Amino acid sequence: MKEIFEILEQNARATTEQISTMVDKPVSEVERIIKQAEKDGAILKYKAIINWTKLGEGDIWALIEVRVTPQRGVGFDAIAERIYQFPEVYSAYLVSGTYDLAILVKGKNMQEISSFVTEKLAPLERVQSTVTHFLLKRYKENGETFHLPKEINKRLPITP
Amino acid sequence: MLNIKSAPIQARDNLISQKVDSLPPSGIRKFFDLLSFMEDVISLGIGEPDFVTPWHIREAGTYSLGKGYTMYTSNSGMLELRQELTNYLELHYGVSYHPEHEILITVGSSEGLDLAMRAIINTGDEVIIPDPCYVAYSANIILAGGVPIPIPTSAENNFVIEATEIEARITKQTKAILIGYPANPTGAVMSKSECSAIAELAKKYNLLVISDEIYARLVYGVEHICFPSLPGMKERTILIGGFSKSHAMTGWRIGYVAAEGRFIQALTKIHQYTMLCAPTMAQMAAIEALRNGESEVEKMVQEYNRRRRLMVKRLNEIGLSCFEPKGAFYAFPSIKATGMNSEEFAERLLIEEKVAVVPGPAFGPCGEGFVRCCYATSLPNIEEALGRISRFVSKHKKVQYQMR
Repeated sequence: MKEIFEILEQNARATTEQISTMVDKPVSEVERIIKQAEKDGAILKYKAIINWTKLGEGDIWALIEVRVTPQRGVGFDAIAERIYQFPEVYSAYLVSGTYDLAILVKGKNMQEISSFVTEKLAPLERVQSTVTHFLLKRYKENGETFHLPKEINKRLPITP
Repeated sequence: MLNIKSAPIQARDNLISQKVDSLPPSGIRKFFDLLSFMEDVISLGIGEPDFVTPWHIREAGTYSLGKGYTMYTSNSGMLELRQELTNYLELHYGVSYHPEHEILITVGSSEGLDLAMRAIINTGDEVIIPDPCYVAYSANIILAGGVPIPIPTSAENNFVIEATEIEARITKQTKAILIGYPANPTGAVMSKSECSAIAELAKKYNLLVISDEIYARLVYGVEHICFPSLPGMKERTILIGGFSKSHAMTGWRIGYVAAEGRFIQALTKIHQYTMLCAPTMAQMAAIEALRNGESEVEKMVQEYNRRRRLMVKRLNEIGLSCFEPKGAFYAFPSIKATGMNSEEFAERLLIEEKVAVVPGPAFGPCGEGFVRCCYATSLPNIEEALGRISRFVSKHKKVQYQMR
């Protein structure tokens, strides 16, 4: 069953028929498993990984370290939720180490990100401090590599 | 005074050895030449993994260069590698070899095969091989002075060589049986009972078995039977293996031979005068492959299996009936429904639809009526290629119908 999801994770556009052949299970069963996973939220969404730079779109990204004060009863969850609800926040994680929340923020330009930090994030009541790292280059994301030299076929066309 | 006028020098026409001269060129060559002038071809004719060697193995190779491991190793190969290898063979197949005198590291399994043939064959000795089989088998036997005795196999028997068929062709000259399962080009595997039957023959007629198990790790839903693991077989089997297919390391040229000391000694004699040793960098990489490569191997096998199911199902749907290959990364469908022979099919498919497959007869006469399709290529490529093959087949089936 895990294999079905591995295939989808690699290629969200694989059809139920293809998956059924690949894992050697009836189409109806594959369909049922996928539907169930969609219902349970095990499959959250089907998305494409876009290399925006290729399209000439230049979003600015920043990785922000946030130190916060946890709250009685809800720990970090309440403040995390207040932060990740902002549409600017692309990803948010609670992490171990010298800070608490690691968030990835997307903006049209540097101004947009800095105003998010100074006007929205930093003034939040339980936020103690923030450290903003602007992303300079993306090498790999979600297991996919960017900036690879054009793939050349290294194999000979016919080999014994 | 010298008599210069005497006996004019005849133009020599025998500069190439007769043995080599009469050796037919590989049937694959022709398609290679055709292909090199074409663009946008999807090739199902490649006999190697499409995966690049796993990064940790490549890294070990570059690290060894950085560290300056650029000298010869012992003829037999690095002891560390031989030790890892004996552990590996014990773990996966339950066969025990002594790392010091029962293992030889070779330049790919191809070298191992050549060495084995040269080490055991006296001129005129007969070596039994399956038909169809890997292209190099009969060439290696002939070059070593032997006579290949092909045993016909067929789709009805899943292209497995049968003991009764072998027995019927055993003569006083028969020296050995050379088998390679999982098989190139058919993807066939041998069951334990099929292996045992051959083992019994080997004992009965005092024959050697050369077992080319380069595809041993690529089996799907069945257990690979390592030939020397059968009772009484270690002492009469020369096991040939390598890293090319299991660890996607074709270009590194690294393989091995495992057998009893007297055989390894004989093979090593030739190896020391011809190769000296396998590339040091490749040996270092192979150590890493054996130590930490397992999860990558499993990942690749799983991926091949998915592609295999897709390809076999589609081929059958298209009308090219295909028995289920349980090993290697080849499907070997029958193309008889098109009314063409293998060569014609492959050539027209290449020209009309730009898909390359290898005609079965390249691997022996019993390959007639079949083509080899390799599924070690990306899923989109497989889908696209099968779409083109489907179009090709329905077009030509129709033509046949209209002609009737």
